[in-house]
Amino acid sequence: MSKLDAVQLQLLREVADLHEIPEGAYNLRSNGESAGRRSTEHIEIVSKSEGSGIDIHIKAGTKNESVHIPVVLSESGLKETVYNDFYIGEDCDVLIVAGCGIDNCGKQDSQHDGIHRFFVGRNSHIRYVEKHYGSGNGEGKRILNPVTEIYMDENSSAELEMVQIKGVDSTKRTTTAQLKENAKLIVRERLMTHGVQTSESIYRVELNGDGSSADVVSRSVARDNSYQKLDACIVGNAACSGHTECDSIIMDNGRILAVPSLEANSVDAALVHEAAIGKIAGDQLIKLMTLGLTEAEAEEQIIGGFLK
Amino acid sequence: MLEIRNLAFSAENEADKVDIIRNIDLNIPDGRFVVITGPNGGGKSTLAKLIAGIVKPTEGNIFLDGKDITDLTITERANAGIGFAFQQPVRFKGLTVLDLLRIAKGKNLSVSDACQFLSEVGLCAKDYIHREVNASLSGGELKRIEIATVLARDVRLAVFDEPEAGIDLWSFQNLIRIFENMRKSMENRTIIVISHQERILNIADEIIVLADGAVTKQGPRDEVLPAIAEAHFATDICQKLA
Repeated sequence: MSKLDAVQLQLLREVADLHEIPEGAYNLRSNGESAGRRSTEHIEIVSKSEGSGIDIHIKAGTKNESVHIPVVLSESGLKETVYNDFYIGEDCDVLIVAGCGIDNCGKQDSQHDGIHRFFVGRNSHIRYVEKHYGSGNGEGKRILNPVTEIYMDENSSAELEMVQIKGVDSTKRTTTAQLKENAKLIVRERLMTHGVQTSESIYRVELNGDGSSADVVSRSVARDNSYQKLDACIVGNAACSGHTECDSIIMDNGRILAVPSLEANSVDAALVHEAAIGKIAGDQLIKLMTLGLTEAEAEEQIIGGFLK
Repeated sequence: MLEIRNLAFSAENEADKVDIIRNIDLNIPDGRFVVITGPNGGGKSTLAKLIAGIVKPTEGNIFLDGKDITDLTITERANAGIGFAFQQPVRFKGLTVLDLLRIAKGKNLSVSDACQFLSEVGLCAKDYIHREVNASLSGGELKRIEIATVLARDVRLAVFDEPEAGIDLWSFQNLIRIFENMRKSMENRTIIVISHQERILNIADEIIVLADGAVTKQGPRDEVLPAIAEAHFATDICQKLA
């Protein structure tokens, strides 16, 4: 952590709520290099032999422990693709915090593509928090194209919290999941785009085992002249249940294409999708104004609550 | 003192102009509990919204304590001490009951203080304080939370638009107790309630009857109530529609 400057520390606070070295296992990547790492008795972090990323091995039975793997980029023009694989043993209960912050004050584009694969063992539970953030006033774009792949064994469960609220110019987020018997996946995505940003968020969740379930909910706000595409597909290949929801607010000249979709390949698959796009309701603004807020303050409260 | 001078509001559509409020004059002194009643479609809710600034008049003026507030925005009127409880409360995805009460109070409100407002409206605070004000709440629950937001603001002029609607599981007695407590806690507080309910009319200092956009009767409860006791406004409208 001592290697980091003020900008990098700010990015770290935004993406991982980190003010100091986290407890437990961590790997911090800064401007394309490792800036700190710690393995613990139960969680081992090792570099891939070809140097393209890290493997995180979480021993069977590990409970109430956490892994932080934040990435910060503050050099303009840096482009990298990093492969991180998580091997989670059986009967674990762990928190994994990832996320990337880019500060670009230069003219060249900065880009980080994190490819994360999770192999979740039987009866294990993971909570995965991923926050993306951009800052800096350079002409160069801040680009993040994360790929998340999740392979879930019997009776495992995963909660994913994916957040991108500010400053990322262009993003294509791809998340795929494959679930075995009685596995359970919950995804909560929160997105806000502004300026001329573009965001594409794609989910493909395959429910392969009887009793598996998925609940994928995306809430997003598109402001200014930004564009979002939300494409969430749940595939039912067994006696399973799936729900996907895209709920969006558009403002100014924002544009959103929401494509929730379902594919049932088993007569016992119970799948539901919902999508709603609309501007902030006038009566919501009026109510908060009768409580003493200005129209702008009311708008901020409504958006803040919606994306909370 | 709330003074309304020559207040008019008309809505225009392609075909013609409809007068909703027709040149009303009213004086409502401080510390009064005033019930505005009258047939459906008579302009009661519009008058309430005109006072809160939600609707702008086409003619006339509104004065609060001698100051012309006609051109003030909703926010400015709220900050001048006017509170408004909606007939149909608004839902918010993501905002919790505590968020709403904190916005209403305008400063940091402790959870225990927020719970007091909920208890006053008959909601078990711990079950509701962190609930989202969304479609998961029933109409009656929303209505009580709406009243709690007005209590939290502690305003000097509170306007309630049909507060009794939808509170079926909650007794009228509790609603009346809230109004009484509001009066006790601030002597010069004025409360204006839009209502058809006899039990609310029974506790009014003054009753105003609004029909077809105009004041048809106004005076102390004991004078006005006997005259309207036999009137069945809703029935009249149903008969007209038939």
